[in-house]
Amino acid sequence: MNAAAKSSSGDLLRIENLGISFAIVGGPVHAVRNASFRVLPGKVTALVGESGSGKSVISQAVMGILPNTARVRGSILFDDPLTGKSTDILQLPRDGEDIRALRGSRIGKIFQEPMTSLSPLHTIGNQIDEALKIHSDLDAAEVKARTLEMLGLVGFPNPARAYGMYSFELSGGLRQRAMIAMALLCRPALLIADEPTTALDVTIQAQILHLLRDLQSRLNMAMLLITHDLGVVANVADEVVVIYHGEIMEAGTVEDIFRRPQHPYLKGLMAAVPHFDMKPGERLKALRDVPVKVGTLLDSPKAKATAAVAQPRSDVLLSARDLVKSYTTRGSGWFGKGRDRPVKAVDDVGFDIRRGECLGLVGESGCGKTTISKILMRAVRPDSGSVVFNGADGPIDLLAAEGEALRAVRTKIQMVFQDPVSSLSPRMTVQNIISEPLEIHDRGDAQSRLQKVTALLKAIGLDERALNRYPHSFSGGQRQRIGIARALALGPELLICDEPVSALDVSVQAQILNLLKDLQSELGLTYLFISHNLAVVDYMADRIAVMCAGRIVELAPCETLMERPVHPYTRSLLAAVPFPDLDRPLDFDTLHAAGASDQNAWAPQFRNDGDGDALTPTDLGGGHLVLARRSVDKRELV
Amino acid sequence: MTTSPPMTTEATTSPLPAPGAPLGHFVSTAPFDPLSVEAMTEEQAKVYQASQLRLMWWKFKRHRLALWSAIFLAALYSMIVICEFVAPYNLHTRNVDFIHAPPQRVHLFDNGSFVGPFVYGRTMTLDMDTLKRVYADDRTQVQRLRFFCSGDPYKFWGVVPASFHFVCPAEGGQFFALGTDRLGRDVLSRIIYGARISLTIGLIGVAFSFVLGVVIGGLAGYHGGVFDLVVQRVIEVLQSLPSIPLWMALAAIMPVTWSPIVIYFGITIILGLLDWTGLARAVRSKLLSLREEDYVLAAQLMGARPARIIGRHLVPGFMSHLIASATIAIPGMILGETALSFLGLGLRPPITSWGILLTEARSVNVIAFYPWLLYPMIPVILVILAFNFMGDGLRDAADPYR
Repeated sequence: MNAAAKSSSGDLLRIENLGISFAIVGGPVHAVRNASFRVLPGKVTALVGESGSGKSVISQAVMGILPNTARVRGSILFDDPLTGKSTDILQLPRDGEDIRALRGSRIGKIFQEPMTSLSPLHTIGNQIDEALKIHSDLDAAEVKARTLEMLGLVGFPNPARAYGMYSFELSGGLRQRAMIAMALLCRPALLIADEPTTALDVTIQAQILHLLRDLQSRLNMAMLLITHDLGVVANVADEVVVIYHGEIMEAGTVEDIFRRPQHPYLKGLMAAVPHFDMKPGERLKALRDVPVKVGTLLDSPKAKATAAVAQPRSDVLLSARDLVKSYTTRGSGWFGKGRDRPVKAVDDVGFDIRRGECLGLVGESGCGKTTISKILMRAVRPDSGSVVFNGADGPIDLLAAEGEALRAVRTKIQMVFQDPVSSLSPRMTVQNIISEPLEIHDRGDAQSRLQKVTALLKAIGLDERALNRYPHSFSGGQRQRIGIARALALGPELLICDEPVSALDVSVQAQILNLLKDLQSELGLTYLFISHNLAVVDYMADRIAVMCAGRIVELAPCETLMERPVHPYTRSLLAAVPFPDLDRPLDFDTLHAAGASDQNAWAPQFRNDGDGDALTPTDLGGGHLVLARRSVDKRELV
Repeated sequence: MTTSPPMTTEATTSPLPAPGAPLGHFVSTAPFDPLSVEAMTEEQAKVYQASQLRLMWWKFKRHRLALWSAIFLAALYSMIVICEFVAPYNLHTRNVDFIHAPPQRVHLFDNGSFVGPFVYGRTMTLDMDTLKRVYADDRTQVQRLRFFCSGDPYKFWGVVPASFHFVCPAEGGQFFALGTDRLGRDVLSRIIYGARISLTIGLIGVAFSFVLGVVIGGLAGYHGGVFDLVVQRVIEVLQSLPSIPLWMALAAIMPVTWSPIVIYFGITIILGLLDWTGLARAVRSKLLSLREEDYVLAAQLMGARPARIIGRHLVPGFMSHLIASATIAIPGMILGETALSFLGLGLRPPITSWGILLTEARSVNVIAFYPWLLYPMIPVILVILAFNFMGDGLRDAADPYR
């Protein structure tokens, strides 16, 4: 399917019996144990595993950038097709001349985080052509010409302009393109892509994958793709190596791996990915499921009261109307615009959250979904609009609440954060963390708080031994569960989950999603579930709102949205989700170059051309709203 | 991607085929436990249940140099509590027969026979050409050193009269391990007494600048806005002033009529007034970054009041960093005091600090004739290095989760 590999007899990269261990406090950690695999010239080998499985450590070993504390066994043979020379990278002196000649020149690497892997002080061109300046003796004009050519190749529409720009002027997708250009400038024989799309939105991810695949075959380059996402693997890889806890569990061609998975670990990973074909009520099979035991939580009189009172009241728990929030960015004098430009982060947004449902909010980063969650949490004040919360104690105007009323509201709406690392104070024990909300609101005495904390821990599948441990001793999924327990401590009615699983592995993701689902049904909770991943929202939500550029462009019950998406933005979001299924590859051709939120690519009835024909939510029936021109006939939309 | 008809590939027992050969289908037969990544060993459990202080201590311990520096400093600071006992002579004792006497060597063997630590007696002659006192060992006088003995009388902490010493010269003999100065006072004893002032002035000065730095930097970081802007500019101005002339100007303000002890506090305040800027910046930047952490937002969203957020979340977060940066600031204080005293603007006799001792060695011919008067430099260098190493180790340990 890609250009035929150069008829080289051997492997480009051959890793044999690699073992890497780290000496740390509490005994050595064996990050990689006896791993062997190869990368063929001109082919893509994917290394798949959860975080902590040792896959990034292997990539560091290949580049010779392991930390000093690492102890390495085995061999990493790199067969340079240019010189025909075979070198064992592990034998080269650290940071010596030989390894430096390989790095950046024969082996390129792109990193996960495009936001931090570019220097903010140098122009894009300046950073990219550094590799050529080091590894070649071309003169300045030639270096620049080669750099511009590469910038064009990775898809910058105007390479000459991009050459002189700074990284902060570029979006995440363009930065990742710049990183790719940097890695490929010297035409390396091997590209190591360490989670190249994990930090990106799905639509951008699809573009970057397309670009990588395209360049890889065009430059006849081999690629070692490191990822935890089987959907990405199915779309890009030729050979797959599955690694768990430093050991290789399964390896084979992409056909073997996806059509005939054998190992329970691989099967477990595949079963844990939510997909659009799931029947209503079908459960994901998490690799490590957490039994939910809410028993003691439900017995608390508070929970009973909430459950009893909640039923007869109005159907809508929270209703937001006409929310507007704009931020002012200071116009920079350098580019000729010296005045302040307001950017509308949230533009005329209104929605209802019904009692006991899960409303999904989907959109790319920067679309305003987090601003909405912050408005609801009263962390950000909107410019205008209203939010009414129909709690168990009657309706409250959320935006007007102050003082004690605000503190009372805080107990009813709680939040689960995206980042399980930074959302728990590293200096408090789990017991202190979970009981903090109880202390703040003076609930009970020390004894009853401890009981409550223990009950919460049981509900999220941890036992009492966790009480006196600190957050650093837990895995990402366990920490996220602790965050959920903290959010549940006060018995909230509405739980806002802001990308609760996007920092987690798929296997852990399924566990957290199942836990949230179980808690919802057991405790009668209402969720606002925010995510950029439509498949995840599809699994969780009853209704889904799709946001783009500060507006809700489509809002529909889950099944309706999946079966009959109307808005072009929704459609492109749906098309960009990669499946771990060889028969459903991403359709790269339909992905717009300028991104899914580029209004010019939309059909005219969805565009706002500023001619007075304003966009307004149009009801297609069955609770299916779509943002379209007022004058457009409904039948034109469907 | 082209769909190829399903074909079964050979199952292999190794994930690595022969070079260039097609890859078979490898499935590991090793036992598989999906929970093995979450399982932890005994040692890991110990680490995981450790508190922050304990983790910091473990990390600090691994920095050998910092650990030894800390032990050295601990020994020095415990010494200054009992320096009257440690020093062989009283601070003010003048031995008029031994003016500018060079250091005496401690011997163990006399004529091949073991006698324990002792020094030889001294005879002094006056060189009539240079008018310099010349001391020579008198090999017939073997003066054994006494330990835990009664010697030069002193008042412990200036209050309790006593005469108990760790080491004293033999009855009627002398013991000047580091020589004597122009009044015949023992240099070693004076260095030991001087440590009391020089080491505490750093601590008091840093405590003073710590308070200023935390309060000013904390307000700037927490409130931001205009206050932050003003504070930042003031810090920049203060840091751009040349420090020695400014110290001199401030020291000159202090009236000569003040008693030496008041001057001592005056000097610490001057040093503290000029040194808080670095700490204030550290506090401000740490606060700004901590404010962005999700757990602080989480506490706000739980309805926590600002006092609780500062006390429970922000202060514990940056206190360890502050202590580390304060440790690194102490040497600057000690050097500042030394420099001021050396210039004659700091402390004044009879208060004795290392800087005062060094004023004795201000002229070139003193150094040429009596080089032992420069010995107070050695403790200054050692203490400063030790503080820097220890601060280094503390800074590394301050964030044990990284």
